[in-house]
Amino acid sequence: FVNKLQYLARIDRARALTAQTAETDAIRFLVGTQSLKFDNQIHIIDFDDENNVINKSVLLHDAGEIWHISGSPADKAVLTTCYSKTSESRVLTCAAVWRMPPEWESGNHESPDDSSNNPQTLELLCHLDNTAHGSVACVLWEPMGDGKRVISLAENHVLLWDLQESSTKATISSSATLEGKGQLKFTAGKWSPHHNNTQLATANDTAIRGWDLRSMSQIYCIENAHGQLVRDLDFNPNKQYYLASCGDDCKVKFWDVRHINEPVKCLEEHSHWVWSVRYNHSHDQLLLTGSSDSRVILSNMVSISSEPFGHLVDDDELSDNEESQQEDKGKEPLQDSIIATYEEHEDSVYAVEWSAADPWLFASLSYDGRLVINRVPRALKYRILL
Amino acid sequence: MSSATTPPDSDPNGRRRIHSMLKLYYGLNEEGKAADQAESLDPCDINGPHFDPEVYLNKLRKECSLGELMDHESCMVKQIRSLDSDMQTLVYENYNKFISATDTIRKMKNDFKKMEDEMDCLSANMASITEFSARISGTLQDQHAQITKLSGVHTLLRKLQFLFELPARLNKCLELQAYAQAVSAHRRARCVLQQYSHMPSFRGIQDDCHVIMEQLAQQLRQKFRDGGSSAKDLSECVELLLQLDEPAEELCDKFLSHAQSRLEADLQGLEAELKDSAVTDTGGGSVQKTSPGSNPVSPSSSVINPFLSPTAGTDILEFIDRGCNEFVSSLCLVIASYQELFINRPQEGELASKNIPEMANGKLHVFVDTLAARYFSLVERRIQEEKGVSDNSLLVRALDRFHRRLQAISKLLPGSAVPSHGTEIVVQAARQRIKQYLSALQTFYHDSLTDVRQALAAPRLAVGGASASGGGASSKDATPSLPELLASLSNFILNQLKSVLASVHLFTAKDITFSNKPYFKGEFCSQGVREGLVVSFIKFICQSSRQYCESAGDRGGSTPPALLLLLSRLCLDYETSTISYILTLTDEQFLVQHHTPVTPVTALCAEAREAAQKLLNHYVKVQGLIISQMLRKSVETRDWVNTIEPRNVRAVMKRVVEDTTSIDVQVGLLYEEGVRKAHSSDSSKRTFSVYSSSRQQIRYAPSYTPSAPMDTNLLSNIHKLFSERIDIFSPVEFNKVSVLTGIIKISLKTFLECVRLRTFGRYGLQQIQVDCHYLQMYLWRFVSDENLVHFLLDEIVCSAAHRCLDPSPMEQSVIEVICERAVRADWSDAVKANSVF
Repeated sequence: FVNKLQYLARIDRARALTAQTAETDAIRFLVGTQSLKFDNQIHIIDFDDENNVINKSVLLHDAGEIWHISGSPADKAVLTTCYSKTSESRVLTCAAVWRMPPEWESGNHESPDDSSNNPQTLELLCHLDNTAHGSVACVLWEPMGDGKRVISLAENHVLLWDLQESSTKATISSSATLEGKGQLKFTAGKWSPHHNNTQLATANDTAIRGWDLRSMSQIYCIENAHGQLVRDLDFNPNKQYYLASCGDDCKVKFWDVRHINEPVKCLEEHSHWVWSVRYNHSHDQLLLTGSSDSRVILSNMVSISSEPFGHLVDDDELSDNEESQQEDKGKEPLQDSIIATYEEHEDSVYAVEWSAADPWLFASLSYDGRLVINRVPRALKYRILL
Repeated sequence: MSSATTPPDSDPNGRRRIHSMLKLYYGLNEEGKAADQAESLDPCDINGPHFDPEVYLNKLRKECSLGELMDHESCMVKQIRSLDSDMQTLVYENYNKFISATDTIRKMKNDFKKMEDEMDCLSANMASITEFSARISGTLQDQHAQITKLSGVHTLLRKLQFLFELPARLNKCLELQAYAQAVSAHRRARCVLQQYSHMPSFRGIQDDCHVIMEQLAQQLRQKFRDGGSSAKDLSECVELLLQLDEPAEELCDKFLSHAQSRLEADLQGLEAELKDSAVTDTGGGSVQKTSPGSNPVSPSSSVINPFLSPTAGTDILEFIDRGCNEFVSSLCLVIASYQELFINRPQEGELASKNIPEMANGKLHVFVDTLAARYFSLVERRIQEEKGVSDNSLLVRALDRFHRRLQAISKLLPGSAVPSHGTEIVVQAARQRIKQYLSALQTFYHDSLTDVRQALAAPRLAVGGASASGGGASSKDATPSLPELLASLSNFILNQLKSVLASVHLFTAKDITFSNKPYFKGEFCSQGVREGLVVSFIKFICQSSRQYCESAGDRGGSTPPALLLLLSRLCLDYETSTISYILTLTDEQFLVQHHTPVTPVTALCAEAREAAQKLLNHYVKVQGLIISQMLRKSVETRDWVNTIEPRNVRAVMKRVVEDTTSIDVQVGLLYEEGVRKAHSSDSSKRTFSVYSSSRQQIRYAPSYTPSAPMDTNLLSNIHKLFSERIDIFSPVEFNKVSVLTGIIKISLKTFLECVRLRTFGRYGLQQIQVDCHYLQMYLWRFVSDENLVHFLLDEIVCSAAHRCLDPSPMEQSVIEVICERAVRADWSDAVKANSVF
């Protein structure tokens, strides 16, 4: 049983990583490359759990270097990218919705190492036209939605798009603009899976803001959430008011958005900027962070999770998660702890992501193009389940 | 097998051993024979008792020559002759004495015969005298009986007369207030009257007496109740009343309630004083608060405040004095006289059976306890008001007096809980005091830090105003007094701590009565002073220092970095020497014997070191952040695609170098240089060539040719394989090089990350090249391992090249020329700045 797997992507530089959200059977990650000189690609990394084999397929993304990638929650072939485009010595980051060609799986699958094989090209569905709004920082799909609504964050604008005609046409249904002095620019955002998908959290500079998508108005603002730039956000999938954020002050902070004056908890384990923070989709005590100190840290934040005393039998969510239908053994409250620090990377880690199919598996991507797939330690897994 | 053969061998040995042991016991061993018994047992000793002439002769004959034998013989003959003459003289002397003794005995025999005749005559005379005497006494017997009867009648008559005169006498006594006489007279008559009360005449007398005595008792009671009389009168009064069968319990109650009213008055006086002093106390406090420290640089002036005491109102010594003199002494008096009256008096007759002392003692204890409790509560209140910590001797003296006077009560009333309660109050006061001192020290520390902070801020402003251009020279002057500030701060703290220790030491002075109580010998020293005061204070310093790291906030915050540096050095000094010095001092002064576990020096040192480390780390972070922000803004705000060809090093790089230099100076004031990896004197030149021409060219040259995308990756990975991982915010060591290395690492890493987020045009890359080269020329000298700077700068240029749309790097020689020019400009600036001053 292999606990760690490494996959050295044959790419120059890469920042963008996502799990294929709609895929619930195969463990599959998408990596977008970043190169100004060569054609950029999307690498589809399949992890065969039984044989411990990694299979890679490559799709061509010729629009430009990829800064952000995100898979549709409804259609596993559909994805969005944010890519930079240079025209007339001006660099602009655009966003587009793509469809993977249906035959990609048979195409490159057999010979993953043969790069001379002509990769297939992504099929463009539509542009999320942002020429009026500036560079796009990221595109967010509606969580667990029907794949018809996305939000893009462009400079200081929040744009809510409706995708029509099988995603070939995108229209702005509503938008909001962040006003204020200075040049405001969103750096990250997250669509809340709670409250009927009506809330959004964004980060700009050191502040975290909450938005109501029905009225497109700000509902809360955590000024100076971090000492320096906020790099990433994630919502607790089980606790609707809880939010994790990370930033350049090397800290990971946990917020209850009803009490924004003080963070609920603060971790300071990394020695450089924390670029990415991710809650496990089903066990929200498991938290993954990636940092430019080249480390990935898996923490167990039991005390502020939805199961602070271990798993409770009469929990309503029991039926949602067939894996945790085990009996509670009346354990003492668990301590928050760092489970593991992964040091396989040799360059800054800009993205970490849990697998959509297997809640105990995660991938991390460093700038030098190395993708590492790790598993939650077995002992901890059983402690959480039993 | 061997056991069969060994017994014959071992048997004689054993027997011989037993034999010799027996010999030893009887002193017959060889040595004994020779030494001890030589004189007595030698048959050749002519003077010994075991002399054997045969043996002697044989021996002589064997051993001596003829001549010697002749000599020996003549010598022996001479000896025999002298012995003979001695014997003769002795016989003559004794013969004469014997003859004279015989004569004396004969003479005595004749004298005794005469004496025997005289004795016979004397006995005949004595017999006739006895006969005459018997005859005389027989004749006088009748008359003697008559006389005896008459004298009996006379006494009876006298007694009767006393009885009849009793009422009149009692009345007279009453008039003259001679109560004692009256009572004693009545007591004498009482039994008789009681016995003959069936006779009418006696009955009359008895009734009369009753009436009179009732009156007398009334008067006595009145007198007792009035209370104006002296203690002696009072005691007499009580005694008489007791003799008159007054119930003792009632008397006790009356006595005590009477005493209580007087003591109550004393207590009220004390309470009134307490209220007065409370009012004046608060007034004094408010006056103090308005007096500010006049000189901001020296902490001493503003810090005297907590050590001022309220001078208005009566001080605690006066209060306790008054309490002792009024309340405690009169309480003692009451106890003493009460004991005299009810407890210690000789008991006779029926009074003894009533077991008065026990009852009285119980009442007394309750009485004393309730009053003492009130007194104690007053004293406690007064002690609690004693908040100023200036003059501890006053409090100690007051407590001493308080405690000393209570000893009197313990002597008077052995079983009482009052003295132990009093000791408890003293202990409580001592504990309170330690707490007050701790908080005063903490206030002092905070004030000192505020002063230091002001001192840090003030000269910087002055220098900034003088030379706005702010070259390297001015930044050197910016914190001139950092080591002095540190020294003065640590001195102030140490002196204050010492003076507090001296004050607290008064509690254990030899002439203080309570200093030999077990609490003050043991717990006070170890738990109170050592743990509660010294250790707590040191912990507080560490704690508050740590708070500076946290509360300073994420933005670098309000704490000036210099203060962080200074505090870190302070904590480090504490770790290396000050803590053990203070604790040794304390242990010596207080002769602490640790019965309970105490915080060991090592734990405190570890805490101080941790605090120092944390402060220094924070310092590195804050300074690193300041430089990082500068670099970040400079990268983020520029349009790197459309920039012009670089002509010069960007100004921000010069700022970075300047700031780094001034940080270097600042840290150098407080921390040692530290170790750096060896490098040649001409390091900048050497590394410069390595950095730019060989490694850099190899590393990103291949990436310009699109055909070989793998090479860069491979090369960079191989390179990384051999270089150590760089921890950006790794813990810093306590030296200058390590601190600077930390700051530079943070700054350059930020630079790198920012570059990776941008896209560069051709000239943008070239500008980065120039900037990095410039940084390289300056920064290597600050860090422990210059390769680190090379690596990070390499990485920056490499990343910029990757993010470049048109990666054509600048000629190395051109970069050099531009940087040389910039350096020269720096120099001339510095020279100009210096000439200004």
